[in-house]
Amino acid sequence: MLRTTTALAVGLIATATLGWADADENELVVNGEIEITTHAPAPAYVDGLTEIYSGWRFREPDTQLTQMDDFDNPAFLAVDAAQITWDTVEGEAGKSCASCHGDVMESMKGVRATYPKWNETAGEVRTLAMQINDCRTENLKAEPYDYTSGKMTAMEALISVPSRGMPVNVAVDGPVQSTWEQGKEMYYTRYGQLELSCANCHEDNYGNYIRADHLSQGQINGFPVYRLKNTKLNQVQDRFQGCIRDTRAETFSAGSPEFVALELYVASRGNGLGVEAPSVRN
Amino acid sequence: MASGVKPRVKVPASASAGEVITIKTLISHQMESGQRKDSDGNKIPRSIINRFTCDFNGENVIDVTMEPAISTNPYFEFQATVPETGEFKFTWYDDDGSVYEDSKPITVG
Repeated sequence: MLRTTTALAVGLIATATLGWADADENELVVNGEIEITTHAPAPAYVDGLTEIYSGWRFREPDTQLTQMDDFDNPAFLAVDAAQITWDTVEGEAGKSCASCHGDVMESMKGVRATYPKWNETAGEVRTLAMQINDCRTENLKAEPYDYTSGKMTAMEALISVPSRGMPVNVAVDGPVQSTWEQGKEMYYTRYGQLELSCANCHEDNYGNYIRADHLSQGQINGFPVYRLKNTKLNQVQDRFQGCIRDTRAETFSAGSPEFVALELYVASRGNGLGVEAPSVRN
Repeated sequence: MASGVKPRVKVPASASAGEVITIKTLISHQMESGQRKDSDGNKIPRSIINRFTCDFNGENVIDVTMEPAISTNPYFEFQATVPETGEFKFTWYDDDGSVYEDSKPITVG
């Protein structure tokens, strides 16, 4: 009974044509006002998929509900903490994030949707985390964060908030193309003793179960993600490490050129989905 | 010393007269119980929120005494009857003497 109530609250429309393991048909509206696209046609360069789905569509109704209200979403504790960091002067330059960027909800609008992206001055592809650390060391003259640390992840979450609902729109051509190609090759490369590529699970078998886990398409429009499993915000490259470790391989380190390339490619597979970060998953 | 304490409150913006509404509150606080020891074996002093109150237009709605066993980031969800337009005032009292406040207006129409 409880389950039925929850399902109704999410607005679940049962469809006979879909198997129970596939993506559901629920619609994601946060706080009753931010409509987020969780299903879109796949970008032309994604060979193995015709439709793309956010990982939200593969989760249980109660997990989905938790993300639909910022008060219930535990990630917002970290967002609140990062807001304090944003306004606090740190480092030798005597500046805070707010000194240059002002109100994060205004200045960072749309930023999350386009990262990772090319940085012309540095001549490299930068993830959001790399950009945050560059800002810290160059502008604040402060210590950089560890790539997957709680502070970094919280700051990414804060910066993502004003972009929620905007379509992911990561550039795949021009100066980033070679990095993107590298990421694509990694995505289809089998790693580890189990000889699994990203595509084996997230392209060939999404919707199926891998033991007790309901495989999604591995979209990263929701990162950083609050996971019920470890009750904290998780950084996307931390998640990549977890995935590769599970193939029984030596993983790359977070922030490595390999993972930057993979993040760019995986992000581009979600072009068209709405930014959900910080999202809630199991 | 508690740091990064931030209260959060959720109250509907409007209600009909006499309606029972649900209020949710959460305050980020480490709620150090006073029972733990640090790596050198010294007792970590107790630092918790010891009282939480909610008032509506000066009238008390709820007054809670909190004890050390209450977990980090204490969350309260309760119901209140709203007779008229007014303001809910929320107050948390910290062991260190700090008082954290928040308020939310509600319109009866």
